[in-house]
Amino acid sequence: MNMIQAINSAMEVMMARDPAVVVLGEDVGYFGGVFRATAGLQKKFGKTRVFDTPITECGIIGVAIGMGAYGLRPVPEIQFADYIYPALDQLASEAARLRYRSAGEFTAPITIRSPFGGGIFGGQTHSQSPEGIFTHVSGIKTVIPSNPYDAKGLLIAAIEDNDPTLFFEPKRIYNGPFDGHYDHPVQPWAKHDGSEVPEEYYRIPLGTAKVVRAGEAVTILAYGTMIHVVSGVVAASGVDAEIIDLRTLIPLDIDTITASVEKTGRCMIVHEATRTSGFGAELAAQVQERCFHSLEAPIERVTGYDTPYPHSLEWAYFPGPVRIGEALKKILKD
Amino acid sequence: MPVDRPNANLRPLSLHVPEPKFRPGDTVDFSDLAVPPAGAAPRPASDAAPDSFRDLAYGLVRVLGEDNRAVGAWDPKLSPDRLRAMLRAMALTRAFDERMYRAQRQGKTSFYMKSTGEEAVAVAAAFALLPDDMCFPSYRQQGLLIARDWSLVDMMNQIYSNRADRLHGKQLPIMYSVREKSFFSISGNLATQYPQAVGWAMASAARGDTRIAATWCGEGSTAEGDFHSACTFASVYRAPVILNVVNNQWAISSFSGFAGAEATTFAARAVGYGIAGLRIDGNDALAVYAATEWAAERARTNQGPTLIEHFTYRAEGHSTSDDPSQYRSAHEAAEWPLGDPIKRLKDHLIALGEWDEERQAAMDLELAETVKAAAREAEKNGVLGHGLHQPLETMFEEVFEDMPWHLAEQRQEMLDEAKAAGLEIGR
Repeated sequence: MNMIQAINSAMEVMMARDPAVVVLGEDVGYFGGVFRATAGLQKKFGKTRVFDTPITECGIIGVAIGMGAYGLRPVPEIQFADYIYPALDQLASEAARLRYRSAGEFTAPITIRSPFGGGIFGGQTHSQSPEGIFTHVSGIKTVIPSNPYDAKGLLIAAIEDNDPTLFFEPKRIYNGPFDGHYDHPVQPWAKHDGSEVPEEYYRIPLGTAKVVRAGEAVTILAYGTMIHVVSGVVAASGVDAEIIDLRTLIPLDIDTITASVEKTGRCMIVHEATRTSGFGAELAAQVQERCFHSLEAPIERVTGYDTPYPHSLEWAYFPGPVRIGEALKKILKD
Repeated sequence: MPVDRPNANLRPLSLHVPEPKFRPGDTVDFSDLAVPPAGAAPRPASDAAPDSFRDLAYGLVRVLGEDNRAVGAWDPKLSPDRLRAMLRAMALTRAFDERMYRAQRQGKTSFYMKSTGEEAVAVAAAFALLPDDMCFPSYRQQGLLIARDWSLVDMMNQIYSNRADRLHGKQLPIMYSVREKSFFSISGNLATQYPQAVGWAMASAARGDTRIAATWCGEGSTAEGDFHSACTFASVYRAPVILNVVNNQWAISSFSGFAGAEATTFAARAVGYGIAGLRIDGNDALAVYAATEWAAERARTNQGPTLIEHFTYRAEGHSTSDDPSQYRSAHEAAEWPLGDPIKRLKDHLIALGEWDEERQAAMDLELAETVKAAAREAEKNGVLGHGLHQPLETMFEEVFEDMPWHLAEQRQEMLDEAKAAGLEIGR
């Protein structure tokens, strides 16, 4: 399966298992979603379980919270993560705090799916990576898969989870992994290990990172599309790097991270999102606090620049192989 | 600012910034406020088409007339027992407000908000709904809980954030949550409960349930984007929901003109959404009851949502942190042409020969005693700042269903610091 098919399969499995699971969002019903992630679901489960909504993100999330309070398990879609901001109040003030403020009387067991990230010439409003805004909000979990197998298992776990969970889908790798070489032909998922996806139910627990490549020289923390970019750079450079796919940012798998950095003594963090106050800053702070005596070099961050996501200069902005390669040389120099 | 361009000779534009009629010190004259006579508004069938509500959305449904008699098609024809029960819940709400306002002034809690003058809006609606219809209130519908016979002691425990507070001292006073009474957790963020109520109602409909939802916001909050999204969703999916707008004329210091009241009514918003819209006398408990009963029937028969504007007046300050004498005339509340909801219902019962001033005085005394006794009971569990709060570590609980490591770690840090400082650490 490609990533879209895996995500579609996760929803189909969960809707068949649990009648409380409902899917809502702009164009998700009859049409099956602008990325086809919900294709066929309305036909199979009916209009009262999979339905199109008006174009109002605060409404989509607000309604999903109310459905959750009733006892349903809604999976709302925000068409692009760039358009999640109208729903920020409902997410940060309501979904994230409902359990806390009612001392558990009411909860928001909702999973917000949203395509995110750049590398597709999406310009300013089809490329953003806003995960850092949400990891800053207590009460929300944040999940970002990097391959079809993980996408299905993590999405199933997110839907089953009783806390509100953001599920950001790197749309650059919906149809195939992307190593950052935009001038090379796109590789389909079929050639990648992660494309073997069982048809049936399985779950990957939230809060578990995955060591994508074991190594001794440096720890690289990344997620989403960046896993593939980093893997390409590491393979080409011959550096014995340990690459960790975080998979969930909140809860964070801190043990896997610290064990790795204590072993390698070096830590590089890679994300597409802008640098200042990005999630990389939290990762760097955690590693610095916990692995201070193991560190042999300053922690490196390779991220998007602190600018809005540009259109024509996309490949200068995107933290691609060249920038990651340079940072790798730098961190290994000392 | 000189303008050098074509058409610079046109008359300059001017910006209209609304201004309330009366400011502090002004004499109040409400004589130009249109108050239609009781009984004049027609009562359509509950399955009437949404586009037939134009006149009702701009009018004012009233049942109780100047002679304290119930008249017209909207008279819900309640039994004297029911009327007395409603009167009692409204009076209890006021007595509760009085006591808790005083408790705040005495430093027993940080904050309180009264609903004085608006008791009918919540209480009469609660009487017209079924007990398991889900309410998504704002912070000024404490009357819902009181009408649903919820424990005053429990409400006070929440206000005092004491060791018996079911919300573990996590919430600002009055932000109740009572699932048992189908009363949704109150949020400080305005109008957010509006789309949530619509979603709850949609879920009920999608599951073939028979329960409906009702939500409340003030007229000021109708300006929030969530109000628009909720109305759109409610209309699109014909959600079984009652959307109440409590137009009490004031949003803290801003008069209703800043929410658009100079140009139209709040019930008239419904017209544009294709929702049935009723504008009613919010100080007339029978009108509130009748409109809610009508809207509930409409919702329960799959005819869709209703928006009800309750035309009322916020008789007191916005909250204990507010001083209304700084922005409005002190005479407004007394001059308000729709009167006091409790007095009007009382006078109606008296006119029916089912009540008298002596019984009212005795009831008021009894209710004051009831509230006082509840306060004594609640204060045994502690008042704010007097030590009997929840154990410190509860702060970290219920952020998530299971506590992740980073919260467990922060909890331990806090407990270690408290211990090092010699503080009592709770459990």
